[in-house]
Amino acid sequence: MSKSNLKGRVVYLVDGSRTPFLKAQGKPGPFRASDLAIAAGRPLLIRQPFEPDALDEVILGCVSSGPDEANIARIAALRLGCGYKVPAWTVHRNCASGMQSVDSAALNIATGRSDLVLAGGTEAMSHHPVLLNDTMITWLGDWSRAKNLSQRASQLAKLRPGHFKIIIALLRGLSDPIVGLSMGQTAEIIAHRFDISREMMDQFAVNSHQRLGSAIEEGWLDEVEAIFDNKGKLYEQDDGLRTDSSIEKLAKLRPVFDRPTGKVTAGNSAQVTDGAAWLLLASASMVKKYKLQPLGRLIDSQWSALDPSQMGLGPVHAMSDLLQRNEMVTEDIDYWEINEAFAAQVLACQAAWQDKDYCREALGLEKAYSPIPSEILNVDGGGISLGHPVGASGTRILLHLLKTLQRNNKKYGVASLCIGGGQGGAMLLENLS
Amino acid sequence: MSKHWSYKLDDNGIGWLHFDHLDSSNNVLSNEALEELGNEINEIEKSVPRGLIFISDKKGGFIAGADVKGFVGRSDANETEEYIKGVHTLFQRIEDLPFPTLALIHGHCLGGGLELALACRYRIARDDDGTTRLSFPEVRLGIFPGFGGSVRSIELLGPMVAMQNMLSSRALTGRAAKKIGLVDQIAPERQLKQAAVDLITRQPAPHTPTFGQRIFKINPLRSLLAQQMEKETAKRVNREHYPAPFKLIEHWKQHGGSKSAMYKSEAHGVAELLTSSTAQNLIRVFFLQERMKSLGKGADFTPRHVHVIGGGAMGGDIAAWCALRGLRVTLQDREAQYLSNAMQRAYKLFSKKLKRPHLIQAASDRLIPDHKGEGVEKADIIIEAIFENVEAKQTLFKDIEARAKPDAVLASNTSSIPLEQIATVLKKPERLVGIHFFNPVAKMQLIEIVTSSQTSPDEAHRAAAFALAINRLPLPVTSSPGFLVNRILMPYLLEAVVLLEEGVPAAAIDQAALRFGMPMGPITLADSVGIDICLSVAQKLSETMDVTVPAILLKKVDDKNLGIKTGRGFYRYQKGKAVKESLPDSYKSPDDLTDRMIFRLLNEAVACLREGVVEDADLLDAGVIFGTGFAPFRGGPMQYIRDSGTTQMKQRLERLNSAHGVRFKVDPGWDDLE
Repeated sequence: MSKSNLKGRVVYLVDGSRTPFLKAQGKPGPFRASDLAIAAGRPLLIRQPFEPDALDEVILGCVSSGPDEANIARIAALRLGCGYKVPAWTVHRNCASGMQSVDSAALNIATGRSDLVLAGGTEAMSHHPVLLNDTMITWLGDWSRAKNLSQRASQLAKLRPGHFKIIIALLRGLSDPIVGLSMGQTAEIIAHRFDISREMMDQFAVNSHQRLGSAIEEGWLDEVEAIFDNKGKLYEQDDGLRTDSSIEKLAKLRPVFDRPTGKVTAGNSAQVTDGAAWLLLASASMVKKYKLQPLGRLIDSQWSALDPSQMGLGPVHAMSDLLQRNEMVTEDIDYWEINEAFAAQVLACQAAWQDKDYCREALGLEKAYSPIPSEILNVDGGGISLGHPVGASGTRILLHLLKTLQRNNKKYGVASLCIGGGQGGAMLLENLS
Repeated sequence: MSKHWSYKLDDNGIGWLHFDHLDSSNNVLSNEALEELGNEINEIEKSVPRGLIFISDKKGGFIAGADVKGFVGRSDANETEEYIKGVHTLFQRIEDLPFPTLALIHGHCLGGGLELALACRYRIARDDDGTTRLSFPEVRLGIFPGFGGSVRSIELLGPMVAMQNMLSSRALTGRAAKKIGLVDQIAPERQLKQAAVDLITRQPAPHTPTFGQRIFKINPLRSLLAQQMEKETAKRVNREHYPAPFKLIEHWKQHGGSKSAMYKSEAHGVAELLTSSTAQNLIRVFFLQERMKSLGKGADFTPRHVHVIGGGAMGGDIAAWCALRGLRVTLQDREAQYLSNAMQRAYKLFSKKLKRPHLIQAASDRLIPDHKGEGVEKADIIIEAIFENVEAKQTLFKDIEARAKPDAVLASNTSSIPLEQIATVLKKPERLVGIHFFNPVAKMQLIEIVTSSQTSPDEAHRAAAFALAINRLPLPVTSSPGFLVNRILMPYLLEAVVLLEEGVPAAAIDQAALRFGMPMGPITLADSVGIDICLSVAQKLSETMDVTVPAILLKKVDDKNLGIKTGRGFYRYQKGKAVKESLPDSYKSPDDLTDRMIFRLLNEAVACLREGVVEDADLLDAGVIFGTGFAPFRGGPMQYIRDSGTTQMKQRLERLNSAHGVRFKVDPGWDDLE
């Protein structure tokens, strides 16, 4: 399609895999971000008809890797057995890092720079660091310069309780430093704007759990690989699923962000989770050379931006730009994945999509879109039930959208995420099987 | 001009003596090399360089030791003593050189090589991932360091540390060697030569043992420490079977006060040991090992990826071992959950063997759980290790043959099913080869490479190459029931059980076997292997061999007393340790107790040789030693028969036959031996 942002060669999505998404338990989980990427990547590469060193590059999205994981993509590539000669780079577009990696891979294939690329996302949110504050770091610097006993004694005397205040990087990362709001508060803002009630949010959350539950039961998550920790413990399923979730139970939870009267609770927000996902992308020549059977192709991708305090509406902007450019309407799309950062935020996206005023004022359109039916949106659950390991979700929804299209023998799908800092990313996929 | 050595003077005026033994992949101190070294030293002595550095041009290491080939067949102790004294003189001249000397060590630095390094004033070892190894392996060959090493190591390190290293034959990394003072410095490859020049230039005082170590040189402390060492050694080693460590301790105890007396006693003691049958048998075992290794060489096959099917104890441990040795491994079982134990044990093995986190991670990354079996299509070699069922194996191999690469090795780890039977489903039955591992995989060095009449020799060769690639010893055997090791072991085990049934206490049986030189008593062995496993092997073998399965085995299995794993077998176990009742003083075991067990083993060995289960008597000995731990100092069953006199041994067997019946029926193969 000449209108696409991806001008040039066709980009095939060949195959993909992911780890189970593992809910953070308040302490570092059994896998680091690179471990997750390896666990998901090894089975994917083993079943390909080529050796890992045939890849042209490896691109991995990650918001916060560990202290031993600088340029985590390169670490993953080497640990996956790609050899020394396969370059690798890490991308960061916050909650869409795992979509950015696929976009970067696709662009390089479209323009002819690469032919075979492994792209994905990984995040071990349970391993996000806890930091010392600047006062403490300054104190430590002075301590190391203290030469004798008396200097050390006087340095010791300067210690105050404030020195020991730690910084939890995870919480800082989930706050917007420009507008001074937490992500949850931005969800409250758009919930208020589109009049999303607590009951609607909780019902959305219950649905998410039910959809994931039945997808697992039906065996529709075959992209999930079984992984083992060092103690031999097996993880086979997303463990955030609550099959007993109900409106009544969720109603009991207190709001977390706008206390005490807000509506966004832990129960209707995405879970803090560890996980990784990969997609293998290829050019037509590689598909031919290795007789690959692609799941689909990536038609187009779009990044859009908006006021950071409305970041949850990012998908509306990106998806609108994407459909406009491709001259498509809501009805042309068979399945949708909008990452569930918050129930309020997905519901607000649906509301804005069909809101005449919003479409006119914010998107510059003459009329609103027809509604996105809930029956074809996030059909097998999402961030609320299976978690949102920030760097990995982008790749996960692309992969699962392809699987959904295949299963239902449908053609077009759109996957989209809201991005902290006020952005939206969206991709248009076509099922080729 | 030397063939093996070359001398160069550098710009600093320091002499570099390069050792590059002609026609050999490793440097060894052959007679010729030693002779040439003497000539080189003559010349260097005259030129008086600022210093002398010994360096090896071999990639693999510094010096692998004395030339063990030269030890074979030595029977004249006096002549040997003179030879050793000659080396003493040469090394003493190196020690006495009027300028600083240094050994620059990388890779292996063993035995005589380490002793040459000790004659230098300084030693520098390469700091690496563990390829640099310094050790005194002499005790394993039934001798002790004889090129002045027993004297100089004690001088340098103090008696406690030096003796510990000589007695244990422990291999030290550069770092560990630096820690105890065996080397003065360690340096990475890129800094090695500069470090050597630097040390020669600076000339610091050489390492000396601490005061606390030195005082043990003086009596009565020396005698006390020696007694303590003797006691400790006796706990691990039987003095009658392995005299070398005891002789080493005695040598130091008697002469530790005087260096010159030490040298003299070293030459005498080592000469005596080296010409004994124990050392000669152990040296023979060393060469049998080399021979098995050579069976894996020359095949055009470099396995990179092995696919193992069966995540049980055996399959899991095979997979872990292969990953540890650097191969990419996919491990398959019916469902992911059946791989849990294997993954856990593998991580433990990696942690124990590799220690450094980045190496443990790399090994873990190479071991890929693959319950869907997707590795089959990628693998260079596929090893089946599922339960012993012909139909299941046939179904599996049919699928494997269809999916595997056309040149992949197809192997079964079966211990009881004939390969021909499995191969009936294959389009190319000649592809199937047996690769039979022993438990515990990480400890047992032997692998039986099993061929049926159909197996192509090329596949067997490639299987042997695989064994070598994972640092194991391949033993080619034919696909007859029990192959070699289990078949020979089983009559011995069953006889022990019969003795038990006759009322001989388990402890007496085990003691007799230990006294003979087996590494573990047969009753303990049965308990640790699992009585159910023993029973099933025995039943399998009884289908084709003339063995009766003792009733007590069936009863134990019926009662679920299976050995260590159930806490009760022939012994009772508390926290994995056997509760053994001591024998009453009045107890007297039957006179032919040991003979009954050992002769059944020997008779079976003779039968195997006659039937051609292995190629020759040497390989049979090698297989039985490395597969069962059969008394290495006796050189293996066939060597033991030869040493004890074939005719006499046959007569002893005939006597057992008349006393105890058909179990001891003399195999016709004995006639071929006489």
